[in-house]
Amino acid sequence: MSLLDASATQLLQQLAAAEITAVEVTQAYLDQITRHDATVRSFLSVPADEALAQAAAVDARRGRGERLGPLAGLPVAVKDNLCTTGWATSCGSRMLENFRSPYDATVIARLKAADAVLIGKTNLDEFAMGGSTENSAFFPTTNPWDASRTPGGSSGGSAACVAASMAPLSIGSDTGGSIRQPAGFCGVTGLKPTYGRVSRYGLVAFASSLDQVGPLARTAEDAALLLQTIAGHDPLDSTSAPVDLPDYVGTVREPLAGLRLGLVREHFGPGLDDEVEQAVRQAIREFESLGATVTEISLPHSQYAIATYYVIAPSEASSNLARYDGVHYGYRTDETEMLAELAAEKKQLQAAGDQAGLDDLDTPLMRLYRRSRSEAFGSEVKRRIMLGAYALSAGYKDAYYVKALKVRRLIRGDYDAAFQDVDLIVGPTAPTAAFGLGDMVDDPLAMYLQDLYTVSANLAGIAGMSIPCGMTAGGLPIGLHLQAPPFAEDRLLRAGHMFQQATDWHTRRPELTTASPSGTSQKQLP
Amino acid sequence: MSLSKADVEKVASLARLKLTDEELATMTRQLDQVLQYVQQLEGLDTSSVEPMAHTADLANVFADDVLRPSLPRDAALANAAKRDDECYLVPAVLGD
Repeated sequence: MSLLDASATQLLQQLAAAEITAVEVTQAYLDQITRHDATVRSFLSVPADEALAQAAAVDARRGRGERLGPLAGLPVAVKDNLCTTGWATSCGSRMLENFRSPYDATVIARLKAADAVLIGKTNLDEFAMGGSTENSAFFPTTNPWDASRTPGGSSGGSAACVAASMAPLSIGSDTGGSIRQPAGFCGVTGLKPTYGRVSRYGLVAFASSLDQVGPLARTAEDAALLLQTIAGHDPLDSTSAPVDLPDYVGTVREPLAGLRLGLVREHFGPGLDDEVEQAVRQAIREFESLGATVTEISLPHSQYAIATYYVIAPSEASSNLARYDGVHYGYRTDETEMLAELAAEKKQLQAAGDQAGLDDLDTPLMRLYRRSRSEAFGSEVKRRIMLGAYALSAGYKDAYYVKALKVRRLIRGDYDAAFQDVDLIVGPTAPTAAFGLGDMVDDPLAMYLQDLYTVSANLAGIAGMSIPCGMTAGGLPIGLHLQAPPFAEDRLLRAGHMFQQATDWHTRRPELTTASPSGTSQKQLP
Repeated sequence: MSLSKADVEKVASLARLKLTDEELATMTRQLDQVLQYVQQLEGLDTSSVEPMAHTADLANVFADDVLRPSLPRDAALANAAKRDDECYLVPAVLGD
């Protein structure tokens, strides 16, 4: 088996047995990036020399018989919204194009402590806002299965690079489906942990009550490996849960006896693509043949999930993104031009005798903020900031924001009731397979409605996972969505492994086109 | 209820954004569309429901009251577009 076909778990065993070296593994993945990332464009930066140096250091330490971390020598790709010292952390935004974080996110620090080899930072929708990776300020990522389609998003780069064998493991973040939907679109396994399971320290904030960092991998077993390293209480994140960390790696191979699956009635309604529905129903029959029982359940408030989410997430985003002011860090407008613009406006208002206009004219500092933010944020980020600022503004806060928080409690209540009777909830990850690049860029609401099945888990703070469960006739992967009660990630992983022992959807790989040697490689951020 | 261009202009100012006329027109249409969609929440009776701002089963998480090193000033200032040895620099705030 080639290094690119092996699972992370297999690579780790071979590394530990000194059958292969970390440099060989890292070089194999870097070569794959060189061959294919000009087409897929999953990476924003690939510091190859540093990755090879890390790998060589691991090999040297292994050679000396030193004790190594649990991911020693394994390449891991990381979404570019996790602060990483020495590297760019751009968030896919012009705002942070030149930002250098002075500290490592806890997830990054844990990967380094585990002796993982950081192989690159992956592309995303700007500030993780979007479901297609087309909102990246730098370039869109393409789906490795069909370059005319999106990989999903916002962790599109993290999903695409694993699907294209450019990294055995990657890290994503999920605020409304941003790990699970791209995992589904790209045919990989992606897990959103329970809110509080993984530290958010150093994750650039989008919506702080919804954001979670999680693993993407080829198999549930590999996802368990990565989750084991990144999960656990962190005093640096006050919302991190002080609860025990189970042994995911040790238990993932144990099948779940008497598994009770709940099938959500509301998830099989209008809008669900026929091929997706058939694949999901077939997957559920597969679980039944493995001994699971299936009951139909109802999440009666699920029809309100998108509306609730698109009030709460933008509200939190408008507050979080207020920090980008052109002063402390990030992009700043040209000050000379800004002052000239203000002077010209003042002159014009004076000539017109417009006193009200003069009174309302921005101060230079205010105009600095407004120009810096308007020049550096993309249209989706502006839209969400505006939506949130509106929902939180005087006179509207109770009708929008507080109302949505109340519905959020009802949505959580639906899950609590459902999990009295079932162990896991099962359904489609997304209503369709990967859609085409450009299909929805002009229709934000249509794009938002794609998040139908995934946003509820974030609102309720529970765990969710997408695993491959089929292919469309057109050759696109289909994702199966499993949801578990808070802190039952072990159950998701064991169910995923059970399914992957009985099926081979997770072993399918796309046929990649090789870019011409003259093709430019991915953009290297400064 | 429908959103006016003036409403959107006011929100842009609150959000410290400056939109072009074209952006303003597009934004007004798109925000209006999303807000219309969101208004379905109005139909739901939530009079006896407490708001849920987050799902973490935690309250008042305090750090131990001990000194620990913080970010050195130079590191904190390193990403600023304009600075001197000690401070961030901004355009004059007090009158001209």
